[in-house]
Amino acid sequence: MKPKFGLFDVILYVVLFAVAASALYPFIYMIAVSLSGTVPVLKGEVFFWPKEFNLNTYAAVFDNPEIGRAYVNTIIYTAIGTAISLIVSAAGAYSLSKRDMLFRNGFMVMVVITLFFSGGMIPTFLVVKSYHLIDTIWAMVLPGAVSTWNLIVMRTFFSGMPQEVEESGKIDGLTDIGIFFRLVLPLSKAILATIGLFYGVAIWNNFFSALLYLRDADLFPLQVIVRNMVLQGSGGANGAGNIGGDSMIVDEALKYATIIVTTVPILLIYPFLQKYFAKGALIGSVKG
Amino acid sequence: MALFRLKFNRSKYLLLLFLPALIYYILFKYVPMFGILISFKDYNPFKGIWQSDWVGLKYYSMFFHSPDFPKLLKNTVLLGVYKVVFGFPAPIILALLLNEVRKGVVKRLVQSISYLPHFISNVVVVSMMFLFLSPTSGLVNHLIEWMGYSSVNFMQNENYFRTLYILSEIWQHIGWETIIYLAALSAIDPQLYEAATVDGASRWHQLRHITVPGIMPAIVILFILNIGHVLDIGFEKVLLMLNPSIYSTADVLSTYVFRTGIQAMNYSYGTAIDLFTSVVNLLFILTANWISRKTSETSLW
Repeated sequence: MKPKFGLFDVILYVVLFAVAASALYPFIYMIAVSLSGTVPVLKGEVFFWPKEFNLNTYAAVFDNPEIGRAYVNTIIYTAIGTAISLIVSAAGAYSLSKRDMLFRNGFMVMVVITLFFSGGMIPTFLVVKSYHLIDTIWAMVLPGAVSTWNLIVMRTFFSGMPQEVEESGKIDGLTDIGIFFRLVLPLSKAILATIGLFYGVAIWNNFFSALLYLRDADLFPLQVIVRNMVLQGSGGANGAGNIGGDSMIVDEALKYATIIVTTVPILLIYPFLQKYFAKGALIGSVKG
Repeated sequence: MALFRLKFNRSKYLLLLFLPALIYYILFKYVPMFGILISFKDYNPFKGIWQSDWVGLKYYSMFFHSPDFPKLLKNTVLLGVYKVVFGFPAPIILALLLNEVRKGVVKRLVQSISYLPHFISNVVVVSMMFLFLSPTSGLVNHLIEWMGYSSVNFMQNENYFRTLYILSEIWQHIGWETIIYLAALSAIDPQLYEAATVDGASRWHQLRHITVPGIMPAIVILFILNIGHVLDIGFEKVLLMLNPSIYSTADVLSTYVFRTGIQAMNYSYGTAIDLFTSVVNLLFILTANWISRKTSETSLW
């Protein structure tokens, strides 16, 4: 017996369509405006599709030396930060997944406490300052290097790994470190991809650390530049507002283009890693 | 002692693997916890944390007697409570709706698209809000004017702050937060539904008597965790939305700590407010967990 397609289903599909549209439409709109000519944008005629298609705004964005430098900075922070975070978390999580490790329970308590209690913004700031990390790359990378949630998710994943992996390593005369790097990590690509994505996105999007720990404009990541351009309205500070005499660029379109350029790497990686992350995020949550 | 040495020997490589994480937790999590001491001291940057003079509860009483205290507490609690009241059920409802969809393609598509905003930075989300809601050039106000009303300056009006904050939070995280509920839903035994259908239970009855009870443990756990962050409002986003014209509703404890503590360098005063926030959050989560353990047998520990 097949259930009927009733009124409830109509409402259901309308609601779900609305949810999907509200998540997607803002990006479509921003892309359309950033690719459109001056006149249609000023007249407010752009909704879905670019009108008078051109790339002037993007040319202006890439011409801006501030944005270029910030882009390079962000890529460096994300690459170094993700590598450090992933290796420290994976190694820590693996050792915590071994029941017979000395002090395991004590370390576990120590880690879990940080989920519920922290020193707070100012003590952390003073401590980071006392380590002389202010105005260095490391201020963007180290203070948040390990996320306890991610560590626990990875630990749950490693606990579920078959005993045979470890035993076969022991027979081959490998130490725990050898087993971890040569046997466990290659078998854990899905979880590494997932947690790597979480760390990478968090560092790419990190505004807080830059706000607290960076004073030197040469070190600013993209998020600070976007904040300065869009939210504090200093858009034309370096002449980004006008390129050449005749081709005027609408301030709005330029801001949208900056936002798109900042967000595009995330939008691009997202579909590829999607198949991993839902699975990976579940590993931790279901078994808790 | 010999046993200890044996155990140490056996786990020395594991301990070595844990070492970087241990150093991280000590340097960046536990040392700052000792830094909380400065809230009981008159912190002097030249003397450092240990040498500064003790002042007892001076900064705490200063904060509790400050004219800003009631306003900050009210703003923070209201925002936190609204976030739980409106933000917490939203992903549950979406997950239940997705669960009713029979076409796998539609379900996966809606899911994948709804995750997207979760990965966008707060800077970009708030930038989008300012641009879309701009009274002169924003899409939303074009629409309002087209319908014959006059444009509204949403971001500069203190009456809209809470609504905008909560709505944008839901927009950002609703899809992502369904993941856990959908996992719990897929763990429900399909035989229960088959039996219910045979017994003639309607969709509504199945929802009420099978589906919702099936995901209740997940709901309770996430609720407790949410309660623990009632005062812990997302600092980044509020700070980015904040401007002096909306201080009366938007200024919360963490943004105040940032302004008076970090920017004006009243480190001891700011830390006192930080500790107050952390302790209240901790009390909330302990209470929620205790109540839940007494009443439903589901709890964090």
